This record gives sequence, structure tokens and C-alpha cells, in this order.
Amino acid sequence: MKRALYLLPVALFLVLAGYFAVALRPGRDPSLLPSALIDKPAPDFALAGLDGTPGLSLASLKGQVAVVNFFASWCVPCRAEEPLLLRLAEQEHVPLYGIAYKDKPADAQRYLAQLGDPYRRIGVDESGRTGIDFGVYGVPETYIIDQAGHIRFRYVGPLTAETLERELLPRVKALGAS
Amino acid sequence: MIVELGHFALILALLLAMVQASVPLLGAARRKAGWMTLGQSTAVAQFVLVSLAFAALINAYVTSDFSVANVAENSHSTKPLLYKITGVWGNHEGSMMLWVFILSLFGAAVAWFGDNLPPTLRARVLAVQGMIGTGFLLFILLTSDPFHRLVPAPLDGRGLNPVLQDPGLAFHPPFLYLGYVGFSVAFSFAVAALIEGRVDAAWARWVRPWTLAAWCALTVGIAMGSWWAYYTLGWGGWWFWDPVENASFMPWLVGTALLHSAIVVEKRDALKSWTILLAIVTFSLSLVGTFLVRSGVLTSVHAFAVDPARGTFILLLLLVAIGGSLALYAARAPRLKSGGIFAPISREGALVLNNLLLCTGCATVFLGTLYPLFSDAVGGPKLSVGFPFFNRTFVPLMVPVLIAVAIGPLLAWKRGDLAAALQRLWLALAGTVAAVLIGFYVTGGGPVLAVLGLGLAAWVLLAAAVEWAERIRLLRAPWRESWRRARSLPRAAHGMTLAHMGLAITVAGIAASAWQQERIEVVAPGGTLAIAGYVLHLDGMTKLPGADFTADRASITVTRGGETVTVMHPEKRFFPLQQMATAMTAIHTNLLADLYVALGDSDGKGGWTVRAYWKPLVPWIWIGAVAMAAGGLVSLSDRRWRIGVAARARAPRGARPAE
Repeated sequence: MKRALYLLPVALFLVLAGYFAVALRPGRDPSLLPSALIDKPAPDFALAGLDGTPGLSLASLKGQVAVVNFFASWCVPCRAEEPLLLRLAEQEHVPLYGIAYKDKPADAQRYLAQLGDPYRRIGVDESGRTGIDFGVYGVPETYIIDQAGHIRFRYVGPLTAETLERELLPRVKALGAS
Repeated sequence: MIVELGHFALILALLLAMVQASVPLLGAARRKAGWMTLGQSTAVAQFVLVSLAFAALINAYVTSDFSVANVAENSHSTKPLLYKITGVWGNHEGSMMLWVFILSLFGAAVAWFGDNLPPTLRARVLAVQGMIGTGFLLFILLTSDPFHRLVPAPLDGRGLNPVLQDPGLAFHPPFLYLGYVGFSVAFSFAVAALIEGRVDAAWARWVRPWTLAAWCALTVGIAMGSWWAYYTLGWGGWWFWDPVENASFMPWLVGTALLHSAIVVEKRDALKSWTILLAIVTFSLSLVGTFLVRSGVLTSVHAFAVDPARGTFILLLLLVAIGGSLALYAARAPRLKSGGIFAPISREGALVLNNLLLCTGCATVFLGTLYPLFSDAVGGPKLSVGFPFFNRTFVPLMVPVLIAVAIGPLLAWKRGDLAAALQRLWLALAGTVAAVLIGFYVTGGGPVLAVLGLGLAAWVLLAAAVEWAERIRLLRAPWRESWRRARSLPRAAHGMTLAHMGLAITVAGIAASAWQQERIEVVAPGGTLAIAGYVLHLDGMTKLPGADFTADRASITVTRGGETVTVMHPEKRFFPLQQMATAMTAIHTNLLADLYVALGDSDGKGGWTVRAYWKPLVPWIWIGAVAMAAGGLVSLSDRRWRIGVAARARAPRGARPAE
């Protein structure tokens, strides 16, 4: 029995190493997580807005190709992608919506006042419930939702200029054309 | 030519590391003195060779030799000299070179300063160091060659990320690696002791200074990283629970536990197999951190360029190093004889509590960091983890640590008297209550948790002061007597007091961040912004050319009650090469609070977004960290680590002050 206790550390480590090996499997890009919800209807949500502004619900997104971005004021990578989001909204005129994930409305507001607000509308997901429904893995995370309300694309982590050009924009344009 | 010599030196270092990993080990098993001493000469030679290779790489950076791929990708001819040099470790290959350079430095240090070690132990420690060196040199040469040439050579380099061009960040990695890699010595000692099958008080005395040195460096390294984030990111955050930060914080937590449990081994000959396990786990966490940062299994802002081949190689390295050492532990640790027994309420008991809480804290950070990876691997629901998770799990675990850190040093070894200890702390307790009451009064009942956090800080600080004052009988004996006692008190005791006070100062700085104020406004030249009793006058903006950037520089006169306090110059810098803008914040501190000003964007009509923050006690976070590291250094200067350790350990101890 006592002997088994001494075996515990190495056993735990081997389990951990197994997870690492799985995480390293070829073709896995931690940013392009396959979502179980790809091509499925997006989970329904109806969130309150920031301080008097109208909130955000799935129903209000229908009829257009929308980009939904989960962000939080406590998230550093979100700050990094913020200029790209502004570009997406202002230069590419992509309908961009924000969900403030596990964030206090006052904090989110301050954050947007600091960095600029790229979103057409914002929903506040203070409890993180909508994030769980979407399978949000960590903020920032970006989704494309098509006209019929189906999730078509998911990107985990901060967008880069490259992913914006190569992954996100072509998809938005293709979906918008169809 | 120099580059090829560097490459060659690195290959030679690998061959020597292989010799060092095997021959001294065999020599120790067969009691062959010549084979054993080979470990020392190879360790020193390895250090020389790796230094040569590292110098060759630095030389390529300084001379802007863009025929070297690594230089072309990460440097630029117009960069200031300092950043040409520090840019060496601003990328994956170069930082691995720094890693093995520090590893070989520690190996050589064991060879130089290990004269008082038994020859078999020294040979085995050096052999284990040789194994680690072999692994990492292979890793560099096979997957991350910094000396790879480009044909044809580009005309100029791509330049270093402007965010990294900062003195704070320039010296952050060397300290961090001194810490990470320094724990390899504790690891080697642990593995050598398992091979040897013997752990005693003398062993703990040899391990403690190495651990302490690594811990001090890591403390400084983490503090520098957090300070850098604070003054560059432009909104005054200083800790983000980012995977890369966590990767440095986890070894720190377990390393702290190791420092404390090694005391128990040294003084009381107990907790041996636990201490061995901690030594293995501390370095293992450094290795796992390296894996997480470089393999791309987690997304992070700080991560290096991702390459799955590297990830696979590091995973193999982890399997051999961690799996191997833990398997050895499983086989050998049950045979370690445990020594002194102790009651739950005792100095040992308090140290065990400290260990359990720190390790649990580390486990929560570990789970929080790796949760996305775990749940992804099993295809489970993707729960997310961030600031809220860590604040709710880690922070509460640290509350009992802080309460206990005050009481532990006042308990006797073996069997302590909690009531008596608390009685001696009445002054600290009274001070704490007073601090909390004053806190509530001043802040008008302000955030309860923050006030209680300040109370905890006061508790730790006062208790450390009381414990120290009691030792030297301050105010109870004549001054001369107290002075004499203070001088005869071991340096390690002074070090502990200083480090615990440092902890208290850091906690106060963290708790007080609840009262920060911020104002964000668009201000035109001539306009003002008021915050926390200060008035900021934007006098004007100037455009300045820099070395490889252009800057918009604001001149802001700060007044308080009509009197000028200071003039601040926040800047917004634009780097044309990378098409990136960075903000240079301006910070005015009076050590009790920081006035922090960052420049946002221009509104195109002459106005500029000015972000001003007033952050009470925030400098204390880093002052405290520096005090902790200083405490470690003071303890490190204790003469018992240096002089005739082995001889004294065997000699009867006689009357020694309890500590």
C-alpha cells in the first residue's frame, strides 16, 4: 500500500505525458479548434447590453453573415487583437458583434472606451453561460455565424493580420456571396 | 568562420556532456576516483565550450551578420547595441542557447564549489547535470540550430519585435532562466541522493544554498516580467495568469515549498522523501513550462514560434527526465529512513502546512493552465478558465499561508505551543486589528476583501518584526545587548525576517490595487485632466525621431494644490519597419502611490486620448519581491553554507540558537 503511494507521482506524470502527446498530434493547431458546433445552429442566447444600449440575441443576428467576438477586459490577448477588429469593422465593413465574457459591464465599458469600440452591438455574458454554450475555450474567440444562424467558423486566441486575411475574411465573403 | 567555430564548440560540448553523464556515474558505482573526478573537468570544459558558442552567436548579432538565419530573422542593423545583444535571447533558438549556457554555468559551479561534497555524491550530481546538458544540447543541435546559414544572405534583418526592445525585458529572461535552470542543481542532488540511497542533514545543507540562489533569481525574474508588463502595456495591469506567466510561477511556488521543507531535513532529519520529491517536481515544472511555451500546445501572447517537431523532442526529454527520476523515486524512496517525529503543532507542522498549501496552490494554477488542453484531448466540454478561476481558487488558498507564515517561526521544533505563540504575537494581532479598523474608516468601509488583505499584510509584517525583536530582545534588554544578539544571530534568521516582510509588502501592494482610480479623456494641448487630487496639464506635443522609430511625445505638468509636482513625458512610438506602435508610459511615484500616464490615439483634431491612473501602493508589489530576494541573498551569505559544512555537520552541534 505504502509502496503504491510512491508510485503515484510517476503514474500521474505518465497520464500527463499522454495528454501532452495527444496535444501534439500532427495537424492540431491550437487556434483552429474544431468546434462540435460547426455547421450546426448556434446556441440561442439573448444578452443584455452595456449600460442602456440594446443587447444582443441570436435572433437579431439572423439574415446576415455576422462575426461574433468573445472578449473580456481582463484578457491581454484581446487587447492585442483590438486594432485588427477595428480594421475589420471600419475598413472591411464586416458586421462585428461583441460578447463581453465573464466581465463586469463597467469594466467592459472602460475597456472599450480605452481601445475603441469596433462592435455594432454588444451583449454582456457576465455569468459565462453563453460562453459555455458556445464551448468558449478562452478569450478572445471569434465565430462566423451565417444568415440562417449556423456557426460556420471558429477561431481561438487573438486574430493576427494573417489569419484575418487568409481565414476569416475569405469565409465571410464567400458566405455573404452565397 | 566564427559562427562555424561556435557551432563546432557546441557539438564538442555535447560530446563532453555525454562523457560527463556516464563516466562519473560508473566511477561512483565502482569507486574509481579518476573516473569520478572526470566529472569536474568535463563540467568546466563544457562551460568553456558553451560560453564560446554563446559568444559566437552574440558576436554574429553585434556585427549584424545576416548570413546567419537566426540573426536575420531577429535583428536589424539599425538597432541599438544593447538590443542587438539582448535580442539574442528574444527568440527560441537564442533563448535555448542562454538556457544551456546557464546550465553549464551551474554545472561548473558545482565542480568549483563542491569541494566539501563526498566524492561519490559530487560525481553523481555532475553526472545528472551532464544528462540534462546532453538532452538540451541535442535539442538545440537537432531541432533549433541557431548557427544555420542563409545563402544568399539578406541585406538587412527583420528586426526585433518593438515590444521586446526594452531594458526591463532585456534582463528578464536571464534572471528567469537562472531560476529555472538553477533548480536543476536541486534536481541533480535529489537524483544523486536516490542513486546513493542516503539523505541526511548534510545533504540538505548542500542543497539549500543552490535552491536558495535559484529561488532568488526566479523571484527577481518574475517580478521583472510583471513590472515590465505594468509599465509597457499601458493600462497598469501587472499579472494576467497567462500560461507563460504561470509556467514561471509554478516552479516558484513549489520551489518555495522546497526551500522550507529542506529546513526540516536539515534541522530535524524528517520529511526526507517528501523533500526529494519536491526537488524533482520543482525542476520538472521548469521543464514542463519550457514544453508549454515552445511546443505550441497552448495559445499565449508570449509564446515562441511553434514547431511540432520541437514539441515532440521536448516531450521525449520530459519522459526521460521526469519519468525517469520519478520512477527512480518510486523504487528508492521507500527505503529512505525517516528521522525525527513531531507533533502537528510544531515548527515542522507549520512547515508541512506551508508545503501542502503551496503545493495545492501550484496544483490549482497547473489545472487552470492546462485545463483547456485536458478537456480538448478527451473531446469534452470546453470550459474556459481565466482571471476569474484563478482569483477564486488560488487567492483563498494563500490566505491560510499568510496566517501561518506569521505563527510558524514562533513555534518550537518537535512540539510547539500555539497558545504561547499567539500570546507572543498579541502586539501583531493588535496592530492588525488596528490596521483593519483604520482601513475601514479611511476607505469608508471600502471593498471588504481588500481591507482584509491589507490586514493580512499587516499581520505578516508585524509578526515577522515581533519574532525578530524577540530574538534580539529588543527593548527588553539594553541596546548594547540587543545589538550583540542581532550580530550573533545567524544571517539565515535575518534573511527569513526580511523575506517574510517582503511577502507582506507585496501582499499589501496587491490588496491596495482595489482603490486605484482612472480617468480617460481626450485632452487638447492646453487642456487639463484631474485625478486623485492631481491636475494634469497637457502643455504640448512634440514629434521626436528615435533610433528605429518616431515618437509623439507629450509634455504634461502635474500640479497638486496649485504647486507643480513633476513634468511627465508619455510617448507613443511608431516603428516603421514592423508597422507597429507602442506606448511609452510615464510613471511618477512617491513610493506610496504611482501616477501613471499613457498616451492613446490622436483624435485628428489636435486632441489626444490621455489615460491617467492613480495606483496606491502598487510599487510595493515589486519592492516586496526585491525584499524577498534580498532576504534569500542574506540567508545565502550565512557562513554555515560555506565553511567546513561537512565537518561541522558531523561534529557535535553544541548550543546553537534555535531557528
